[in-house]
Amino acid sequence: MTSRYEITAGFVPLLDSALLVVAKEKGFAEENAIDLSLVRERSWASIRDRLAVSHFDAAHILAPMPIACNLGLSAPAPTMIVPMALGLGGNAVTVSGSLWQSMAQHGATADLDASGNGEALRKVIATRQSDPLRFGVVHPYSGHNYELRYWLAASGIDPDREIEIFVLPPPDMGDALAAGIIDGYCAGEPWNSFGVLKRGAHLATVKAAIWKSSPEKVLGVNARWAENHPEALSGLIVALEEASRWCARPENHQELAELLARPAYVGRDVELLLPALSGALPIGGGAIRSVKDFFVPHAKAATFPWKSHALWFYTQMVRWGQIEHSASHQQIAAETYRPDLYRAALKSRGVAMPSASAKVEGALTVETPVGSSGALSLGPDGFFDGGLFDPDAIDAYIAAQRHPH
Amino acid sequence: MKSRSLNVLVIDENRIRASIIEEGLREGGYDRVTIIDDMHGLARRIAELNPDVIVIDLENPNRDMLESFFQISRAVQRPIAMFVDRSDEASIEAAVDAGVSAYIVDGLKQERVRPILKMAISRFNAFSRLSRELEETRGELENRKIVDRAKGLLMRSRGLSEEAAYALLRKTAMNQNRKIVEIAQSLITAASMLDPGADE
Repeated sequence: MTSRYEITAGFVPLLDSALLVVAKEKGFAEENAIDLSLVRERSWASIRDRLAVSHFDAAHILAPMPIACNLGLSAPAPTMIVPMALGLGGNAVTVSGSLWQSMAQHGATADLDASGNGEALRKVIATRQSDPLRFGVVHPYSGHNYELRYWLAASGIDPDREIEIFVLPPPDMGDALAAGIIDGYCAGEPWNSFGVLKRGAHLATVKAAIWKSSPEKVLGVNARWAENHPEALSGLIVALEEASRWCARPENHQELAELLARPAYVGRDVELLLPALSGALPIGGGAIRSVKDFFVPHAKAATFPWKSHALWFYTQMVRWGQIEHSASHQQIAAETYRPDLYRAALKSRGVAMPSASAKVEGALTVETPVGSSGALSLGPDGFFDGGLFDPDAIDAYIAAQRHPH
Repeated sequence: MKSRSLNVLVIDENRIRASIIEEGLREGGYDRVTIIDDMHGLARRIAELNPDVIVIDLENPNRDMLESFFQISRAVQRPIAMFVDRSDEASIEAAVDAGVSAYIVDGLKQERVRPILKMAISRFNAFSRLSRELEETRGELENRKIVDRAKGLLMRSRGLSEEAAYALLRKTAMNQNRKIVEIAQSLITAASMLDPGADE
């Protein structure tokens, strides 16, 4: 390789940092002339701040966070772009053993069904006399916060009044649950498997059941850096796309789990990392359940940065009072995600790509081949309550969520 | 003085570092300094203290919790966590480099917070210098023990004087372009493999 680009990327020790770890450790970065340094961080706030001051050129980041930054919702506010996603799914809602028992008495079942188990939780809340139930999420501007709230609201629970939502660091969730500080949490892996295997918790439902094929972490990039280093960014996208392919192969799962288990990366036992990769999840009481599409690193255009994903997160920021709806806010959200950069980096490499940059979320009830360059299937991508999100009809969507029923 | 009445909260799980920062703040005339080193009930305690400025270690995983607290809290007038000043990238960078981040809780003027941040940064640096020196001293002591043991082995097995044993270690290290302590360590390892009792 004649030209080399040095890229420093931040990550938080979670399973879905896998693409960055694999890009480095399996040589995909190197093959694309990139000298990739990975720096582990302990909070999303640090990831954001260090992107802002150019300690990092790029980072593993919560999908809504770059949007929140560009909307000025958190400081400091670098302009950020999202040229790529780092996979679909990967989260779960975990509840304490005792809350699960109550839910089971009200009809919750081990199938992780979002609808039935949400209904059971609603009934538990309706019969409770004591303090409201408390749930943990990882950050206010996180997919976790929005999918938990969506699940609760669609189940007839008001997440602002009928329960309390706290922010906790993911590694603390299991202990907080065991200590009775919280009753449940929505977090990424390995922290649900940890809660179930080490802290007697039970899975209530999974992200893949609340919103199928939904986005989770993305590649957040300092916009100024991207502008000045287009070739480096392009190389990074190619390397990560190749890494996503490698991560998706079942024969690589054991090696991937061992890689992530190293102290420099997630630093947790292989047994906690394998469930999310295989989709065979410990759900509580020693039971294992196979979950389709629990974490999707590559298939279904999993690394494509859909504008409809960005806009859905924006509608939830409006829904939960984090920002006022306006045309300019909507535009900032949409422009944060940059499918154009993704296409430009990968178009000559035979990567299957959707022909559109936004889609109606919830339109595909089954896996469907779509108009694309190359063979590509998408979906199913529905919300569990049958809701549709049409990015061309945002005003109506926001209005409907403001006045449910 | 008005600046002296600022209510400063330092959140740091490292008690020694926290007290170094506190000391600096008090020397600088800030007499209302509170330290929280235990994250339990953080949000409630912040609400009770109602600080003007919060200084928190960048490495603290509870920073995300702190931000959410500012977002939802009704206890603070301006529920926005500000990182010094948005436009002032240089001071943010200095803070990030030092491993400290400061939050202005209640829309304070930047110039009132800057000295606190400057102080926190210099104290953070002083603390990391201290820990590094401590680490080095510890390392040196450890190394000396290893070299002494290797010398002992050579003196016993080859009948050398202490001086000659050290000279042999040094010469081998120079020939192999390695550190004396590395040679000493391999000698100890080899000896313990050949004769488990030789190391004692």
